[in-house]
Amino acid sequence: MSKTSVAGNHGEDVRSDCLVKISLSLKGGIKLSLESRVEKLYGDHIQSLVNDIMKFYGIKNASIHIQDSGALDFVLAARMESAIRQLTGDTREFLLPSVVKKEIPSDRKQKRFTRLYVPGNTPKLMLNAAIHKPDGVILDLEDSVAPSKKNEARLLVRNALRAIHFYQSERMVRINQLPRGLEDLDLVIPQHVNVILIPKTETATQVNEVAERIGSINKKCKVWLMPIIETALGIENAFPIATASPDVIALSIGLEDYTADLGVKRTRSGDESLYARMRIVNACKAAHVQPLDSVFPDFADTEGLKEAAIRSKSLGFDGMGCIHPGQIRIIQDGFIPDPEETEKACRIVLAFEEAESKGLGVVSLGSKMIDRPVVIRALSTINLAEKFGTLKKDWRKNYE
Amino acid sequence: MSKIKEQINAAGRSVPESVNGKQAFPYKGVGKHHPEGNKYGPRIPVCTDYPSDGNKLVPTLKDALIRCGLRDGMTISTHHHFRNGDLLANRIFDIAHEMGIRDLIWFPSASFPCHAHLIPYLEDGTIHHIEGSMNGPLGRFTSEGKMKGVGVLRSHGGRYQAVQDGEVHIDIAVIGAACADPFGNANGLNGPSASGLLGFALADSEYADKVIVVTDNLVEFPCVPWQIQGNYVDYTVVIDKVGDPGQIVSGTTRITTSPDRLLLAELTARFCERTGIIRNGFSFQTGAGGTSLAVGEFFKKIMKEKNIKARFARGGSNAYLVSMLEEGLVDYILDGQTFDLAGVKSMAENPNHVWTSPFTSYNHHSKGNFAGLVDVVILGATEIDVNFNANVVTHSDGYLLHGIGGWQNCLFSKTVIIPVPLFRDRVPIIRDQVTTLCGPGELIDVIITERGIAINPLRTDLIQAVKNSDLPVRTIKELKEEAEKICGQPSPAKFRDKIVAVVKWVDGTLIDAVRQID
Repeated sequence: MSKTSVAGNHGEDVRSDCLVKISLSLKGGIKLSLESRVEKLYGDHIQSLVNDIMKFYGIKNASIHIQDSGALDFVLAARMESAIRQLTGDTREFLLPSVVKKEIPSDRKQKRFTRLYVPGNTPKLMLNAAIHKPDGVILDLEDSVAPSKKNEARLLVRNALRAIHFYQSERMVRINQLPRGLEDLDLVIPQHVNVILIPKTETATQVNEVAERIGSINKKCKVWLMPIIETALGIENAFPIATASPDVIALSIGLEDYTADLGVKRTRSGDESLYARMRIVNACKAAHVQPLDSVFPDFADTEGLKEAAIRSKSLGFDGMGCIHPGQIRIIQDGFIPDPEETEKACRIVLAFEEAESKGLGVVSLGSKMIDRPVVIRALSTINLAEKFGTLKKDWRKNYE
Repeated sequence: MSKIKEQINAAGRSVPESVNGKQAFPYKGVGKHHPEGNKYGPRIPVCTDYPSDGNKLVPTLKDALIRCGLRDGMTISTHHHFRNGDLLANRIFDIAHEMGIRDLIWFPSASFPCHAHLIPYLEDGTIHHIEGSMNGPLGRFTSEGKMKGVGVLRSHGGRYQAVQDGEVHIDIAVIGAACADPFGNANGLNGPSASGLLGFALADSEYADKVIVVTDNLVEFPCVPWQIQGNYVDYTVVIDKVGDPGQIVSGTTRITTSPDRLLLAELTARFCERTGIIRNGFSFQTGAGGTSLAVGEFFKKIMKEKNIKARFARGGSNAYLVSMLEEGLVDYILDGQTFDLAGVKSMAENPNHVWTSPFTSYNHHSKGNFAGLVDVVILGATEIDVNFNANVVTHSDGYLLHGIGGWQNCLFSKTVIIPVPLFRDRVPIIRDQVTTLCGPGELIDVIITERGIAINPLRTDLIQAVKNSDLPVRTIKELKEEAEKICGQPSPAKFRDKIVAVVKWVDGTLIDAVRQID
């Protein structure tokens, strides 16, 4: 009796996934038994995909059992590849055509108010992640994937990057802790990734290891780095980490692990992590990268989240993580300029423009002197407010 | 048996020339079928034939059925106000089976999964076929070609039409009621099986040869309000339990928590806001599904922000709609079906929460109906094609799974919006052609998906209204192509020639036929 390999998921609540079991045999050709919710509509299609994959790996005799709950091709293929790898050790990659036709560039300074974590082994949550318009979608290979599922998740995430349009969202992957995370890079970097999140970063060396590995891989677009600081040591090394590579665009803080490292409880007010958060903000500002705040762990507590977002912005953070699509709008609303802030920015810009037109060297608004950085910040506030529709493009008319 | 001849109807669908031995008309187009003559007349009863003390109680349901002359081939009607908690229809056919009666036609206003109990009676010939809806297990049974006769699917309004123009002759109507008196006056408001209203049974009470009212809560004459008038009733029966309260109305109806569905609901509400549909004095109807409830909640938010009041909401009522009535956001609820206890309570206590029936709301043979007065209705669909035609009775794999309900009738509202995910479990919702046609595209205005909004080209006013808005408007073809890019192209469902059910349009003509699954 030959060994059977298994990959994927099946169960009452599982959707858009499948469980694949393969055992090799000596004769009899490829035998597929398919149980599928969509068998009448996609049975033939699935059969032909399975044949293609078996042909690709040169397997002539095997029995394959698939329990399918509406898995898309990229999911079926990832599950098949994972099962075949376990049986044969063949690490060639079976790649379906990619929907990503051209480079999807991202800018180091672009807005990252919201980044949505999506578990890396749960296809149904990937498909619609971007329709909720987070600034970034993070396909997570780390904490949301069970240790026994790490290998299959890596193949699924690779395929997802090729198969799913994330529309306007930046394409992000959180790799595993090093050294396993380096192997993740080999599979995901060639597939249009914009940002790699490095969990539990504690030293600049770890960032360099990731940067070097990425440097050695062929890629389709510029890949930025976002180290996540989740330990006391990481906090102490925040500045060296932020400046370890020119590709670092942001540091984010992970408060669940950080408070565990300190041996304290994470509270709603966050007093216990104030030092760490300010240290991150300061290091990031000094290094000219974005400081990004942790996730808010209770997705049902929308009021708590609202407060957290406002506080996060006031501390100097440029965004927060999301564990549920329902958090995106609330966080975004917390980070976009409020009416008072917008109004002030408009007045500053107008005062500056007036001073310039009069050839005055010094700008003042009321009794306050206005420095150049204040004007720059006011302009960026206005840009944001315009972008989110809280300020009309012709706002100058209101001040005539 | 020789094959029944078929003809192509105005929607291009092949439909049979006769159904269960009776001649049938092909669909001719919206508003094109005009029968002439008088409405069907029930027999003339004489009041002196009935107990002078008004006491029509008989000991058991079986007695009542026997006194009504239950025999082979009769048409028996029941109603779905007890929804999945209905105990009555199953009991009636248990009795018929015991008595060895055969070839009955079951004429329910809708069926539910609890009626899977009847499958053995469909198999052994107690029941010949169903005219109503074939949901869940009954749908599967029918689609597999196992029913003796051909199923007939009608809308709530179409059911009224069929009764009024004599297309269906009801031999015995059995009306379950939460509350009744010995004379037969009945309502759905009071008692352990309270379901709100009995509107679905109204036509049956007026037109059936024999009418039985069954209750588990008998009160002394008079039972008020008499939603069903005892003057139409032959016999009354008291049994232990007419329905399972936990399955009739739920204590709470819940809004969806799915972020994808919430997004659909929000887009729908925003569309109605941007197009000016939500304005002072407007009217709306949303269903009781999780997404529809959420649409109502987003309406509420917009109405509060902009200080807008609606004149009326058509229900399906539930706690959410009741709260809008109580907060003064809507003047009236015109209720066709009550989905939770808050709805039942409100209907009993609030004079502005009014019970309606398919006669007022949907009927084809009346001098107008309410559906056309509604500004916007939010509906569901299993499939929609690139010409906005929609399907609600079968899934893309060809299996019958749902009834029509009031869906076809609601298409006559001023704006019909269908929020649907672009695909479900890999299956795209927008197709080149729907598997089964239930509603013509000319009546369907807007399809809202999480990946874009398609507006029927006939609605130039709506297209104009959202021209410069932030809404993601796309063509329906673009949406179809996007879904197929994600899901792959499904194979068409494979059918045999045999017709297992027909779908009636609201006027009684055949809009499509459902064939046996291969």
